[in-house]
Amino acid sequence: MATISKKKSFSLKVLSRNPEDYRRETKLDIHKAPQNPETYLHPFTLGREYQRALNATKLERVFAKPFLCGLDGHRDTIQALAKFPTRLAHVLSAASDGEVRLWDLSTKKCVSSVAAHDGLVHSLCAHRSGQFFLSTGQDANIKFWSCSEEGRIGSEPVRTILNKNVYQGIDHHEKEDIFVTCGQSLDVWAGDRSQPYQSYKWGLDSMHYVKFNRIETHLIAVAADDRSVMLYDTRGGSGVQKLVMRMKTNSLCWNPMQAYMFTAACDDFNLYTYDIRNLRIASNKYEDHIGAVMDVDYAPTGKEFVTAGYDRCIRIFNVADGHSRDVYTTKRMQRVNHILWSMDNKYILSGSDEMNVRLWKARASEKLGVIKPREKTAFNTMETLKKTFKDHPEIKRIARHRHLPKLIYTQKKQIREQKDAQKKKESNRRFHSKPGTVPFVADRTKQVVDIKE
Amino acid sequence: MASMTGSSASKPEKTNIRYFFPKDPDKSGAKFSFLRRKKDLIEEAPVDEHKLKKWRTGEPSKGYARTKFHSQKIRAREKVFEKVAEKSARAELLCAEEQGSLEAEKTYQITQNDIRSTADEATQQKIFDLRLDQFGPYRLDYTRNGRHLVIGGAKGHVAAFDWQTKNLHCEINVMETVADVKWLHQETMFAVAQRKNVYIYDNQGIELHCLKHLDSALRLEFLPYHFLLVSASAKGYLSYLDVSIGKEISGICTKQGRLDILTVNPQSAIVHLGHPNGTVSLWTPNMKEPAAKILCHASCLRDVSVDASGNYMATTGMDRRLKIFDLRTYKELSRFQYNKRQCPGVLDFSQKGILAVSRENVVELYQDMTNQAYRPERPYLYHRCDRLIQDVMFCPYEDVLGIGHSLGFSSIVVPGSGEANFDALEANPFQSKSQRKQTEVRMLLDKVQPEMITLGGGIGEVDFKTAAELQEERNKTKFLKPSKIDFTPRHKMKGANKAGKIVQRKKGVQEQHMRAAVRDIVRTKQVEGRLNQRNSSRPGLPEGTSSLQRLKKKSA
Repeated sequence: MATISKKKSFSLKVLSRNPEDYRRETKLDIHKAPQNPETYLHPFTLGREYQRALNATKLERVFAKPFLCGLDGHRDTIQALAKFPTRLAHVLSAASDGEVRLWDLSTKKCVSSVAAHDGLVHSLCAHRSGQFFLSTGQDANIKFWSCSEEGRIGSEPVRTILNKNVYQGIDHHEKEDIFVTCGQSLDVWAGDRSQPYQSYKWGLDSMHYVKFNRIETHLIAVAADDRSVMLYDTRGGSGVQKLVMRMKTNSLCWNPMQAYMFTAACDDFNLYTYDIRNLRIASNKYEDHIGAVMDVDYAPTGKEFVTAGYDRCIRIFNVADGHSRDVYTTKRMQRVNHILWSMDNKYILSGSDEMNVRLWKARASEKLGVIKPREKTAFNTMETLKKTFKDHPEIKRIARHRHLPKLIYTQKKQIREQKDAQKKKESNRRFHSKPGTVPFVADRTKQVVDIKE
Repeated sequence: MASMTGSSASKPEKTNIRYFFPKDPDKSGAKFSFLRRKKDLIEEAPVDEHKLKKWRTGEPSKGYARTKFHSQKIRAREKVFEKVAEKSARAELLCAEEQGSLEAEKTYQITQNDIRSTADEATQQKIFDLRLDQFGPYRLDYTRNGRHLVIGGAKGHVAAFDWQTKNLHCEINVMETVADVKWLHQETMFAVAQRKNVYIYDNQGIELHCLKHLDSALRLEFLPYHFLLVSASAKGYLSYLDVSIGKEISGICTKQGRLDILTVNPQSAIVHLGHPNGTVSLWTPNMKEPAAKILCHASCLRDVSVDASGNYMATTGMDRRLKIFDLRTYKELSRFQYNKRQCPGVLDFSQKGILAVSRENVVELYQDMTNQAYRPERPYLYHRCDRLIQDVMFCPYEDVLGIGHSLGFSSIVVPGSGEANFDALEANPFQSKSQRKQTEVRMLLDKVQPEMITLGGGIGEVDFKTAAELQEERNKTKFLKPSKIDFTPRHKMKGANKAGKIVQRKKGVQEQHMRAAVRDIVRTKQVEGRLNQRNSSRPGLPEGTSSLQRLKKKSA
């Protein structure tokens, strides 16, 4: 408001706000909130943001309740878990008594079950169409089962293939009607034929785990009892590469986003990610388990994976980091043998020795259900803040803290001590030896014994 | 490996990537379509470089980090900072209100009456006097949003009101001497320093708390982001009380006598105390000693004030001087000597940097005082009250100065003193009741811990050591002697516990320890030798950092 006086001749402008410009017009409007980014109006911005990050980190730990429910009903140890490529809510599980159950995760109930095999079921996998699933059992049969849209499993198998040998692993091709089984040999089956159209053998030992690559769909990775991981191409007549490690690989999983990467869950408590273009050195090594790692499954994003441990815990790893970002345990969960990461990237399923299938959240403190846009924005802001201040000691301490069972806690400490002692010994040896005689060996190469082509 | 190359041959060619929706997903490779939006569809107008300059917080780094990965990380971060600066510069357009101003040949000739006669009606309402001649002199305080005012007369009269609508919240007589009044974080509560204790009243005048451990307080300050009520007492105690939990965070015996000059740096929450010996001491709640001391005047100090940016401090002393200090360097910027019989008294900086200085019953207002080259002959404005002035304070977000004096309270208009565009998320003069409640919750959640009040080296600042400091540290470790270990060996049987044997065993352990220590030292030397070699080619290192330096003769 500028005015000019005549007597003394001055022009005057004074702050005079109209309240109507700053208040909402009706009760249905949102409040007006003018903003001014001028720095001096916002003192202690960093201090306040730090406080917010600290609060967010604390809340994250408060809300970290990853266990959702136990799917109980099996009467024997869980032997296999499988997910469907076309259905989100349905999951298959098989037990040692030969029973296969289909679970609906939205209702957390068992939809149907079937006594699939005499003796234990070794492995399960879904057909690429999602309308069937395949199972192998101790009775040396491969069975095809139909399952309806609602999840009803047919009472009789659609097809049964009788064999001489027991197959321990089975997996289906992503795009074609091909499936592969492993046992005494690696067999590739196609169409309605009752004989494998291709059979591979490399060495004498039997194979226990097989997995198709989901991108390079003809590529197969097999884990064998002779501590090796073999790569095959179904279009070729023999194996491509064989990697022999120090200890046995229990299970492996291809990265769903990077066709050339796979992660092997090893008996030496560690996991190793390999680039198949260079198997001499693992591209990463994941430590933290204090028992053999039994199973591994990737998130559909390819950025994380979850592992099942013989040490009665589940761990989640970032692919790029060497240590787990989270660990899930319960008082009752026994040795975890099988693990699945659901295709919507939200849930984790674990099958353990004490006959239970458990459902977990993939991110422990995530809010489930519908999230409104403003809430979503708030969560995103908090995530960014936590990331910004993650290296501050107090925040780091809170974010890393996990209450672990005593066994895991003490064992981990012990293992830490052992590793330190080994390191010290090696460095002492190096110090007292002629320079160059005790070379530095990268940790990621130590487990590789041999590579055959 | 033959078949491996076969699989890589099926990859799409790099030169021409085409994503498409296959009709039959089973037969072909790609499943998804990534339609790329053309970048040239929307183009934002570029922001002026000089506008951007204001919002940039620093220069982009020029060198490289140790690895390429980290260099890229830093570059990515810098891009974000640049974007923030650009967005802030664009957002300037949304600050619609214009700052007040007064343009005339001799602005100091213009009186409040002139302003009142020409200004609009709303502004006319802002010039008023409260004649309260029985209870003065008065002290005053505005809320952070500038909407509410509390005044306290030395003889016990306390009144709180919304000064814009002239709506009285409460008016009480506390029947005691009132030394100071202060709003707490919002207009619902205020603190009054009375003869013996500090009391907290709500805006209806109901006594909520009597703070007995803040006894004989003379001045009060409130730190809204920390929820700390700071009181300076006649006995020389400086106390910090967290009003959100009601706990005294820290009580400091300053050993400086009567503390009747207290002000707070709004940017760093550091307390400035003025002392009769002419020094200003800077305090944080975490130290029992002052964080810094500045000798400002050769005589007794009258008042201290810190400007809104937290970079400048103004002081007045009994030597009739007004001085401006730069708090970043602790150096005097400029000084102004007053004439005989004119001693400058209380001070206050406005949000836009106008300085109000009282001398007896006159308030002088100066513009641009933090500019070193600016030497005003006359002040920007004058205002003469009837009696001695006790307290002055600018109203935030308004062109208004409140004056407390022996005859009551005066409100005058000072064009250009207030910030025109408020940020509703910090302080909103037009907030509703629900907004106020929500803000309170937010403020409590974001309460900054008192440990974070520091003089430099706060959060977000890099605590790095210079190469010379690192070198010095290494030099120190080099001459470390292995620590002696003394212990009594375990009692042993069968002749092993003879005196000679005991000594032998003890010696063995000690020697082992010594060997380990020597080994460590040798290793650090090896590492250091390598570093020295590398550092010799590095500029900026002082002479004589080499490990051989100690062997040189001192005189050379």
